[in-house]
Amino acid sequence: MYDIKALYEAESTQDAIRLLQEHPQAQIIAGGSDVLVQIREGRRAGVELVSIYGIDDLRGVCLDETGAVRIGSLTSFSHIAASPIIQEKIPVLGEAVSLVGGPQIRNIGTIGGNTCNGVTSADSASTLMAWDAVVEIEGPEGTRRVPIREFYINAGVVDLRPAEVQTAIIIPKESYEGYFGNYIKYAMREAMDIATLGCSVNVALSPDKKEIRDARIAFGVAGPVPMRAPSAEKAAKGRPVSAETAEIFSRAVLEDIRPRDSWRAAKAFREHIAVETAKRAFEKSILLGGGVISEQAV
Amino acid sequence: MSRQYKQICCTINGKKREAMVDVRASLTDLLRNDFRLTSVKKGCEVGECGACNVLINGECFNSCIYLAVWADGKDILTLEGLEGPNGEISDIQQAFIDEAAVQCGFCTPGAIMSAVEILNEERELSDEEIRIRMSGHLCRCTGYENIFRAVKKTMLKRLEAKK
Repeated sequence: MYDIKALYEAESTQDAIRLLQEHPQAQIIAGGSDVLVQIREGRRAGVELVSIYGIDDLRGVCLDETGAVRIGSLTSFSHIAASPIIQEKIPVLGEAVSLVGGPQIRNIGTIGGNTCNGVTSADSASTLMAWDAVVEIEGPEGTRRVPIREFYINAGVVDLRPAEVQTAIIIPKESYEGYFGNYIKYAMREAMDIATLGCSVNVALSPDKKEIRDARIAFGVAGPVPMRAPSAEKAAKGRPVSAETAEIFSRAVLEDIRPRDSWRAAKAFREHIAVETAKRAFEKSILLGGGVISEQAV
Repeated sequence: MSRQYKQICCTINGKKREAMVDVRASLTDLLRNDFRLTSVKKGCEVGECGACNVLINGECFNSCIYLAVWADGKDILTLEGLEGPNGEISDIQQAFIDEAAVQCGFCTPGAIMSAVEILNEERELSDEEIRIRMSGHLCRCTGYENIFRAVKKTMLKRLEAKK
């Protein structure tokens, strides 16, 4: 038995908002793979829960009328990875969420839960950051949309106000069209492990594939929340596709990231793998985009 | 505060079932205590070891971190549901025996249910795919290689039989 004081099951998003207003102390439970474990550990013992797990309207991946990829917040990681839309438009997101936990966790874990718990190591988060995803939130005042970079406030703190529910994650067409990306999870095991560091890179090349039209990069576990590395992005933009550019790009991430020492890894080690994963993910993204990396310096 | 219960209806191993569920119960609690389906093991109880794995609507879930009330309307399959009409065991269970994929046996029901999910796809998975799909199970007797062999053998056998 879980130490749960009360459970309120929401049948719709509006119902969830109403329940959260009626029970201001209650916390939201989606798939529960974090919340239930925290209750078991005693960290959230005695909680009141509003379960949104039964709201099927919040499941599924579709293209909206603007061509944006819309992922319902309760869509499981395995359903995201299996979605033909994700495979066609943003395959790296499917690859990233296929590295979460193990198969059973990917069936219960939701992308909404992965982002709302505000954890820096979330495997979906750095890729969503790197693709300028937008978070859709419904609450008593209506619907609002927040860029995911602003959604994350601090470790474990996201921009969810009282009685609000995250309903979808949206990747606008201009954010994915022409971009190719790669995610590298650095962890001790290949399954059932949390990232020591996660690095998601994507690039858009010029029509002749010789120049970096745009480069975007985000890290998990390089700071208290998932974060972009704007210095690296600026350093690569407009440069030729070359080994030197990959070098400049990956070195520049050190200007932005703020990893810490933890039992999982030392700060210096995280900095080292941040540079290395940035370089590898950058090179892989270029290859996926049809570019060829020349060896000689330009 | 008084205890909170909910009436649920679900299908367990092909039979329609009803239960009055304590909202604090996990699906493991429900299956073991209410229906005596003790193949569903209590291992880590935090979703890491896979010993409590069952199929819900055809997908694998660690029942220890699945609220029992969520089972309402779902189709649940546990290892007991693999039993044939005359009490015979299934091909995947036999393969686990033949390949010595069972030592202490605690992880076995959960591992077999992941294998069932794979076999139900009726396609040939690569070795790497099988390893990834079986990666949500901890086996402290270190039978991983034998488990892998049992799953692969059964997959190939079934595909061969379909030809």
